Amino acid sequence: MLYRETGQFKTSYAADQQIFPLRQDRIGVVATLLVAFIVVPLVANEYWLEAILIPFLVFSLAALGLNILTGYAGQLSLGTAAFMAVGAFGAYNFELRLEWMPILGSFALGGVCAAFVGILFGLPSLRIKGFYLAVATLAAQFFVVWALTHFNWFSNYSASGVITAQRIEIFGFYFLTGQSKYLLVLAIVTLLALAAKNMVRSETGRAWMAVRDFDVAAAVIGIPVMRTKLLAFAVSSFYCGVAGALYAYAYLGTVEPDGFNLDLSFRILFMIIIGGVGSILGSFLGAAFIVLFPILLNRFAEPFANAIGIDLPSGMSSNLELIIFGGLIIFFLAVEPLGLARLWQVAKEKLRLWPFPH
Amino acid sequence: MLSSTARRLGRPAAALLGAAVIALGSGLAHGQAKEQFIPANFYWVGPYASGGSGIAGGFIDYFKMVNARDGGVNGVKITWEKCETEYNNARGVECYERSKNKGPTGASLIHPLSTGITYSLIDKGTADKIPIVSLGYGRADATIGSVFPYVFPLMTTYWSQAAAMVNFLGQREGGLAKLKGKKIVLLYHESAYGKEPIPVLTDLSKKYGYQLTTIAVPHPGNEQQSQWLQIRQIRPDWVILWGWGVMNPTALKAAQKTGFPRNKILGVWWSGAEEDVIPAGSAAKGYMAAGFNAPGTSYPAIQDILKYVYAKGDGEMEDKSRVGSIYYNRGVVLAAVSVEAIKVAQEHFGKGKPVTGEQVAWGLEHLNLDEKRLKQLGLSGFMPPTTTACNNHEGSGLVKFQQWDGTKWKILTANWVAPTPEDQKLVRSKMEASAAKYAKDKGITPRANCTDEN
Repeated sequence: MLYRETGQFKTSYAADQQIFPLRQDRIGVVATLLVAFIVVPLVANEYWLEAILIPFLVFSLAALGLNILTGYAGQLSLGTAAFMAVGAFGAYNFELRLEWMPILGSFALGGVCAAFVGILFGLPSLRIKGFYLAVATLAAQFFVVWALTHFNWFSNYSASGVITAQRIEIFGFYFLTGQSKYLLVLAIVTLLALAAKNMVRSETGRAWMAVRDFDVAAAVIGIPVMRTKLLAFAVSSFYCGVAGALYAYAYLGTVEPDGFNLDLSFRILFMIIIGGVGSILGSFLGAAFIVLFPILLNRFAEPFANAIGIDLPSGMSSNLELIIFGGLIIFFLAVEPLGLARLWQVAKEKLRLWPFPH
Repeated sequence: MLSSTARRLGRPAAALLGAAVIALGSGLAHGQAKEQFIPANFYWVGPYASGGSGIAGGFIDYFKMVNARDGGVNGVKITWEKCETEYNNARGVECYERSKNKGPTGASLIHPLSTGITYSLIDKGTADKIPIVSLGYGRADATIGSVFPYVFPLMTTYWSQAAAMVNFLGQREGGLAKLKGKKIVLLYHESAYGKEPIPVLTDLSKKYGYQLTTIAVPHPGNEQQSQWLQIRQIRPDWVILWGWGVMNPTALKAAQKTGFPRNKILGVWWSGAEEDVIPAGSAAKGYMAAGFNAPGTSYPAIQDILKYVYAKGDGEMEDKSRVGSIYYNRGVVLAAVSVEAIKVAQEHFGKGKPVTGEQVAWGLEHLNLDEKRLKQLGLSGFMPPTTTACNNHEGSGLVKFQQWDGTKWKILTANWVAPTPEDQKLVRSKMEASAAKYAKDKGITPRANCTDEN
């Protein structure tokens, strides 16, 4: 009843082509953004901003990057963390070596560096597919981390290969508090997410999906497969690179190459699998699930056990968390193999008919 | 309901009511004030759980013992809360943010127990005025307290340890001069942690004239064939093993396979626990390692833990036989230093009252754990004497060397081994240079009136 497009007539091409054609969607998105930009910084405390929301946004962006490559263009990648590392170390070096470089420029150039590395390691995708490609991107994962540890230039000759992010300063304003960092990350993520949403609706996105669904057919109808695949690698790596820069600058402050290990790549892959492969919203839902759920479990496992009168031995609760978390992943995938985003879509379809489903 | 009552009573009454609520709130806060909160952010799962769970056990058991035996520190009970970091930087930061405001005065100090998490917390701890204690890991240059006011790599850093190792190898060879022309291989975990000793070992190789070859082992280190073939070609006199986790037993087994004598391998203190040698079986016999805590349960403080905690069935370790293991005892060291810092801070800022993170930092800078004090604590010979100052957050630099006899670790050096005085100066100047560079990069002005003496 509430969620229905009846009566919304499109009278111009512009109206027909806008990002959110449904009025309810527009209201929903604007309301979400208002809450995120105004209410959350006012209400949330430092813990929520610094330890929960910033990592959630950063990982959402990384998942979004991987989703462009894997979900839309169909190229499986296990090198996400490596591209994040390139972004982080790239931004650090631009900021370090070019005095005049504004910080946002460093983030963007960090992303561009990641894009180039992405194109380089995307080249094998022209010949190999599926799981074999995943192995090729695995090489990116190991090579990048090895190179960052091995060549001290990247970390400005720090004895241990660790970099400490410079302070974030824009026009004389220092982003030191959780609030300001959150708003900066949120602004960047919003911008890039809207750009991604637009991109996947455009010719580029349609070409990606055509290649994903059947690359021979795509080539036959005149889509340049090579360019399309490499573009997907470049855009995806750019997103991951910016996410990596934000991870270093707005979240951790100090990062070591080892932090960007295969584990992290897998975690981001799980995010899009759980959230929904080939869905912008899915990237956010997946990131929320993977980042927030273990913390939630950790917070409530012990009080819950105490409440029902079980004294958990140390170590047991930690292991229990992992077991429950793993169980939930299987449960969600069994109930909805297409991810959380699909659940949302089903809900929307139900809402369209509600309250008269027949 | 409340608003209508307030309206009827008028504004003054409402204000009074509000004041009463506030007073009640602060009264409650006072009621629970005799507590000192210390986060126990460790790891019980994942590849490093064997180390994490042992250290966490010793850490928490010591607090339980202090609470049961002494009723806390001058009557202030120590409280803690566990948080699983999974040895993962992001989780470690979340645990830190969660725990930093707990207890009446917030977190007193924090042991990240991971070099990566330590790095991530340096800025945050400094801003929140919560001391980050990275005992035996983390940045070596954080010894320079004028640049790192809230970071404490207490007792001994990787750099001091590297220098102490060279000193020990010199003793084994019959004098440091005999190191000339000897070949030493550093076999290290290729990570921030593994690369730490390279600058110091390189500088000392020039001084003593030994030939240093560094060989990296990629993470996690369960494949070392090519590295040990290379070692076989070099035929070194000594191999320094800077490993972590599964890399250690793998190295010992590979050494056995290539016929390299294990009593010529010297491990770092994260390569010298039971968990590192038992999986290697007979290959580990004769292997030596450094350590800043002794193994065993014969020390009075450990006996008190058994008496006040385990006798009541309140111990953290499910497997009681791990009490007295290297990692468990290392947890006791971490806890003993924390309690001592709180005590020192209380004596300065007011006995019997919980202290803030800032005050604990003062306490950590004024530790005087000399032989006499360690004896009082029942920890004589268990950990190195440590005396800190504003510009000396290390305070000791001493280690012991131990050898695995096939069943247990045996202490080789009855006395604590330090780098030679000149080497200590060299390490110190390297730390100063590195800290100065850090201060310049970050725009930090070093604290004034911060010296090596209190």
